[in-house]
Amino acid sequence: MEQYLQYVVNGVQQGAIYAIIAVGYTMVYGVLRMINFAHGEVYMLGAFVAHLCVINGLYGLGSDNPPAWGIAAMVLTCMAACMAIGILIERLAYRPVRNAPRLIALITAIGMSFLLQNLALLWFQASPKYASVESVSRSLSLGGISISLGQLILLVSSLGMMFVLRILVMKTNFGRGMRAVSEDMGAASLMGVNVDKVILGTFAIGAALAGAGGAMTAAFVASPITPYFGFMPGLKAFVSAVLGGIGNIPGAVLGGLLLGVIEAFVAGNPALSPYRDAVAFAVLILVLMVRPAGLLGRATAEKV
Amino acid sequence: MDIKRALVASFAMLAVAGLIGCNSGGSGSGKIGGGSSAESRLAERNKERKRDKAPDPVQDKIVIGVYGDFTGTNSTFGQDTKEGVAIALEEANAAGGVLGLPIEVVEEDTRTDQTQARNAVTKLIQKDKVLAVLGEVASSMSIAGGKVCDQYGVPMITPSSTNPKVTDIGQYIFRVCFLDDFQGTSMARYAVNDLGIKKIAILYDVESDYSVGLKDFFKAELAKLGGEVTHELSFKPADTDYRSQLTTIKNSKAEAIYIPGYYKSVGSIARQARELGISAKLLGGDGWSSSELIPGAGGPGKALEGAYFTDHFSALDPNEDVQNFVKKYEAKFKKKPSALAALAYDAAKVLFQSIESAGSQDRAKLRDAIANIKDFKGVTGTFSINEHGDVLKTITIVQVKGNEFVMVKTLEP
Repeated sequence: MEQYLQYVVNGVQQGAIYAIIAVGYTMVYGVLRMINFAHGEVYMLGAFVAHLCVINGLYGLGSDNPPAWGIAAMVLTCMAACMAIGILIERLAYRPVRNAPRLIALITAIGMSFLLQNLALLWFQASPKYASVESVSRSLSLGGISISLGQLILLVSSLGMMFVLRILVMKTNFGRGMRAVSEDMGAASLMGVNVDKVILGTFAIGAALAGAGGAMTAAFVASPITPYFGFMPGLKAFVSAVLGGIGNIPGAVLGGLLLGVIEAFVAGNPALSPYRDAVAFAVLILVLMVRPAGLLGRATAEKV
Repeated sequence: MDIKRALVASFAMLAVAGLIGCNSGGSGSGKIGGGSSAESRLAERNKERKRDKAPDPVQDKIVIGVYGDFTGTNSTFGQDTKEGVAIALEEANAAGGVLGLPIEVVEEDTRTDQTQARNAVTKLIQKDKVLAVLGEVASSMSIAGGKVCDQYGVPMITPSSTNPKVTDIGQYIFRVCFLDDFQGTSMARYAVNDLGIKKIAILYDVESDYSVGLKDFFKAELAKLGGEVTHELSFKPADTDYRSQLTTIKNSKAEAIYIPGYYKSVGSIARQARELGISAKLLGGDGWSSSELIPGAGGPGKALEGAYFTDHFSALDPNEDVQNFVKKYEAKFKKKPSALAALAYDAAKVLFQSIESAGSQDRAKLRDAIANIKDFKGVTGTFSINEHGDVLKTITIVQVKGNEFVMVKTLEP
């Protein structure tokens, strides 16, 4: 029993990372109907910014026991940096092809993904870098279940961020604009919504969340950071977004958490362990066969 | 049907991106034979092959090609190799070169990509007109590059590829390191005979030929010695979370975990194991042998303190030749040489000595000279090349203590 609870804890933590990236995919898809494949690379760059903060000792991070505000400041710095990167990507790569056929935008996105990967390779080299914050690697034990302090912070803050996002989308003017654009871009613009601004804002928020995910994975889970760091999580997050119903924010969160937990059980099972990724994709295919719009997605009946 | 069409298009793209991603991840393909016999290996090596003609080597100097992973996922391995060769080169040129000619080295990067490894070797042979080739570290890369070398009849010595298949490619391929079978069995013997541990869990890298090979040999020997593998779980190099595998291992009450992976993953695995409260001993192979190992585990004295792994060499070996090499290396690169640097140094020296005894820049004669190397005194031990193109040599068990890899025992083959 304990063992299974531990799997759930592990899975929810990994799932929270998928969820925070998946939200970015889903928002951009919701608004633009395109998949931003460079999103995983933004996550990777977030981790590298965290690495730069740590090796330069910003916010008292170089020491053995960095202050809590220092860690928070690092995550915010990564979010800000990734926001800037997200805006840049939108302006340089996506806006010019916004009215072109959708396949073009998809190709641009993949090109952007490889460009960012190779820039990181040039800049940071391929040998693994670290941004671990040692003081949060302490383990808490709750009735036989271990969870590290860092994992707990990661979990709570990513869920917190998604809660704030929910409020932003549902209660603010900007959020109303987003929902309007996702409904019908042309009509929204006729109604006085500044479509450019809404799209830029959507990219910025998505990128900031990915940046936070990357920074927290690097700092709290102590993963080695390489230029290929974002590829797999990006792919899994995409699966999560589709699983939950692409375009749907709560769906992306649900999809991420679900995928994380399924993977944890698969990875921990000796017979299934090598098939961790295969099972993730198999689940996706199964769900799409039964519910093509995803778990929380709306099935839209369209006239042909 | 807007959504559906978009999704289908995305998936097609995804599939393409996934394929490219796998390639650059550098995972090897094809399982290695754990049970292939010495005879069948020899037959494979000596099979008649049609060879293409390579351009004649440059005549006014000796040009040697070095190919390695200088910017890919295991780039510290490539860098160490380059540096080991540099020391041997400096020594040889200071002593007047080989055959009275100066030696020059041309380096090519493989970026942990098998296609790139093939291209690199082809370029070295066709464009740089090298006499012979040194490299690679990773077995999958050596197999890719080695096939090109053998096809053109250009001798190749890999300093550190331990997979049996590498020298089976053909008669022009050699190595100066021990093989995976010896490495896997040695660790099993050490665990049972010296540490008195019998219940061991295995966590291996399912994408790496090297890791799968080591795991199989370890398991077979452990069974012979009356030990028990409690669980066998796997991971992939791109994973960052190993907690679920470790949770299963924790509950199996294994006394040790054998992790035959590369240093990048091992650091995280060790940390997460300790965070989960696992106190089992950690055991590994020469994929751990990197200056990046300890930083990845949280620094000296942290998660990997006291772990054991099989290695080719220890910089703390009191042997005079070893210490001479260590001194020169430290003076030039301001750090202690790793086993990979030491192996590269030995491989280069074997090559230089063979060129000298071949007497000319004839590749077929050079091949024979390498095949006839006897009782070569290297810094990684004394060895002779056998009919497989391999060497039989001692293995060193090292323990992680603080920032050092301390030699605890050597085992004979």
